[in-house]
Amino acid sequence: MAESANLVEVRNLKQYFQVSGKNFFKKDCVKAVDDVSFSIPRGSTLGLVGESGCGKTTTGRTLLRLYEPTAGRIVYDGEVIFDSGDVPLYDEAGNPVTDADGKPVFGKKTRANMLPYRRKMQIVFQDPYASLDPRMTIGEIVGEAIDIHGLASSREERHEKIIRMLERVGLNSEHANRYPHEFSGGQRQRVGIARALAVDPEFIVCDEPISALDVSIQAQVINMLEDLQSEFGLTYLFIAHDLSVVKHISRRIGVMYLGKLVEMGDSYEITFHSCHPYTKSLISAIPIADPETNRHTHRIVLQGDIPSPVNPPSGCRFRTRCPYAEKRCAEEEPAWKEVSPGHFCACHFADSVR
Amino acid sequence: MSEHLVDIRNLRLSFFTPAGEVKALNDVTLHLDEGEVLGIVGESGSGKSVTSYSIMGLTADPGKIVGGTVTFNGHHIESLGEKELRKIRGKEVSIIFQDPMTSLNPVYTIGSQIEESILLHTDKTREEAKERATELLRLVGINEPEKRIRQYPHELSGGMRQRVMIAIALACEPKLLIADEPTTALDVTIQAQILELINELKEKMRMAVILITHDLGIVSSMCDRIAVMYAGRIVECGTTDDIFYRPQHEYTRGLLRSVPNIQDRESKRLIAIEGTPVDLLNPPAGCPFAPRCPSCMKICLREMPPDHHYSEVHTAACWLHEKAEYEQRGGEGD
Repeated sequence: MAESANLVEVRNLKQYFQVSGKNFFKKDCVKAVDDVSFSIPRGSTLGLVGESGCGKTTTGRTLLRLYEPTAGRIVYDGEVIFDSGDVPLYDEAGNPVTDADGKPVFGKKTRANMLPYRRKMQIVFQDPYASLDPRMTIGEIVGEAIDIHGLASSREERHEKIIRMLERVGLNSEHANRYPHEFSGGQRQRVGIARALAVDPEFIVCDEPISALDVSIQAQVINMLEDLQSEFGLTYLFIAHDLSVVKHISRRIGVMYLGKLVEMGDSYEITFHSCHPYTKSLISAIPIADPETNRHTHRIVLQGDIPSPVNPPSGCRFRTRCPYAEKRCAEEEPAWKEVSPGHFCACHFADSVR
Repeated sequence: MSEHLVDIRNLRLSFFTPAGEVKALNDVTLHLDEGEVLGIVGESGSGKSVTSYSIMGLTADPGKIVGGTVTFNGHHIESLGEKELRKIRGKEVSIIFQDPMTSLNPVYTIGSQIEESILLHTDKTREEAKERATELLRLVGINEPEKRIRQYPHELSGGMRQRVMIAIALACEPKLLIADEPTTALDVTIQAQILELINELKEKMRMAVILITHDLGIVSSMCDRIAVMYAGRIVECGTTDDIFYRPQHEYTRGLLRSVPNIQDRESKRLIAIEGTPVDLLNPPAGCPFAPRCPSCMKICLREMPPDHHYSEVHTAACWLHEKAEYEQRGGEGD
C-alpha cells in the first residue's frame, strides 16, 4: 500500500467481552465496540465523545491492541497491524475491492508484533493518580520506555532525554527524583504526557486526559497538548465525555452510543448542524457558562438511562430514549450514510432532524 | 438579629493534621435567604464543601471551628452538641453527596434507607413511613416505586441512585438542601435530568439550595447568587449576572476565560490560569491568589485585601479596586 494521508485507519472494529450472565452455563457478551470504522489523517485530531459505557475508551485501547480485537482491521501508517481476515478491502475512494467474479476481497489475517509500533503509538490515561507507579520516581517512569526501546546509548543521553521531556511539559530536572505522591493532579498528568512523549511517538491516544483535573488546570493541559501537536506534528485520538472540550481541540468528532458510532463529521458541523438526535441532545445538555443564553434556550432533556450493553435495543440502539423514535427504528438498524460531504450519520430521520 | 436562613460570620475552620494546621476556612462570611439558590464554585480544596458542611455541624475530627459563628434557622450551630445536631440534620437541612455509588448503604434496601429518616424525625408509624417513601420515589421520578422500594442500591444505575439520595434528603421537607457536586459522577444527559429535578423540587417545596460545583455552566443556569472560593476564602460573591458579566476578582475572570464554550464559532486558544493551586499547609502571606495572578502588585504579596462592596450584594476582595480608587483621588499607584 502506498503512503496514505491517513495515519490510522480502523475498519469494522469489534471488541466483545465475555461476562458471566444469570445462566451459569451460558456466557453473555458485552459488545463494547461494535463495527466501528474511522480514519485519522496525519497531524490532525479526532475527538470521540459519548457517555460512560459507550465504548469510547475501549475503542482507544483496542486500537492500540491493549485489548486483542474480536474482529476488524487496524492499519497504522499503511501497515496492517491487525486483521481478522473477514473484513473486505477498500480502495482509495472507499469502495469495496472486488475480484473478477464481483465478490469482495478480504484482507489477510494478520497479527503484527506490536513492539515497533508501541514506540510510535502512545497513550495518556485518564486518572493520573492510578496510572503512575507509586514506587517509581518520575525519572524512572519517564525513562522506562526509553530503556525498552533502546533509545539512549549512554546513561548521560538517557538522563538528558528525561530532563528534556520533563522540561517540555513544564516540570524541571529536580522533579525527576521525586515520587508521584509528591505531585498535584495537574503535575501528574504532565508526567503521564512526558512518559508518552519520551519515545518520540507519532500518534497519541488521549483517554480523558483532563477529566480528573481542576478547571483552572484543564486549560493548561489542553494548551500544552495543542502546543506539542504543532511542535512534533503529532496525531491525536482525543477521547472525552465533555463535548465542549472535544470540540475545542478536534478537527473531526465522532459521537458514540452503546458501542456504535452514531455520527461523525467536522467539529463545526457536529456542533452546529448535527443531524443525529443523540448528538443534538448531548449538545443541548451541556450547561453553558452564560446566564443570558440559559434564560432563552430550551434544553432537550433525554428521558431514561442508557440501556445495558449486554442487551442492546433492537434496530437503532438509541430508540428507547429518542424523541423521534418510530416503529421503523425498532425493526431496522439505520445505515451509516453521508448526509453532506464528510459528515456521516446513522439515523433514519437524519434529514428531518437536521 | 439575623433574618437570614443561613448566616455564616467570619468562620475560621482548621484541620489539625500530623503535618500541621491546615486552615481550610479563613474568615468566611456568607448568608442565604429562604428559597434562594446559592452556588459555591472553586477548585478542589478551596473549602466549598467544608463551608456548607459546617451548616450541618459536620466538622468532624481533626476539623475544628477556630472562630466565627454559624447560624441556621435560629440555631447557633457552632455551640450545639451532637444530640441537638442530630435533630436538625435530615430534618431542617439535608445533603446530597457527590458520589451516589458510595453514599448509599449497600446492605439495606432503598425503602428502609428512606424510611430511616422519616421514622427518626416524625412520629409516623412504619406503615405510614413506607407509604411516604413510595410517594417520595414517585416525586423524584422513579417509575414503579412499589417495586424499587424493595431493591438494593446495586440494582440501580448511577442516575437512579442519585434520585434515591434526593428522595432521602427530601423526606422531611427540609428548609435547606445542600447539593455537594450532585452531578459530577454522572453523564451529561443524566446530569441534565438531575438538575431539572432539583429545580422543580425547589419550586414545589420552596426550599433554599446550596449548590456546590466546579462547573461554571451549572451555576449559571441554576443559581440566584454565586460565591467564588479560593484557598478557604470567598474571593467574590454576587448575583449570577454580577459574576458572569461584571467579575471583579482576577480569579473569577481567569476561571471564566479558561473554559471552552461550545457556542464559539471558531476555537480560540484558551487562556489558562498559570501555576498550581495553593498548598494550604503553607499559604502565602497576603492574597492567596497573588502567586498566580496576572496583575499581582507588591501589596498583594504582603497583605490580604479587604472585601469591597460594589453593590449591596456584590463583593470582591482584591487590591486592584483600591488601586483604581487611589488613582482616581489623584495619588500614584503602588
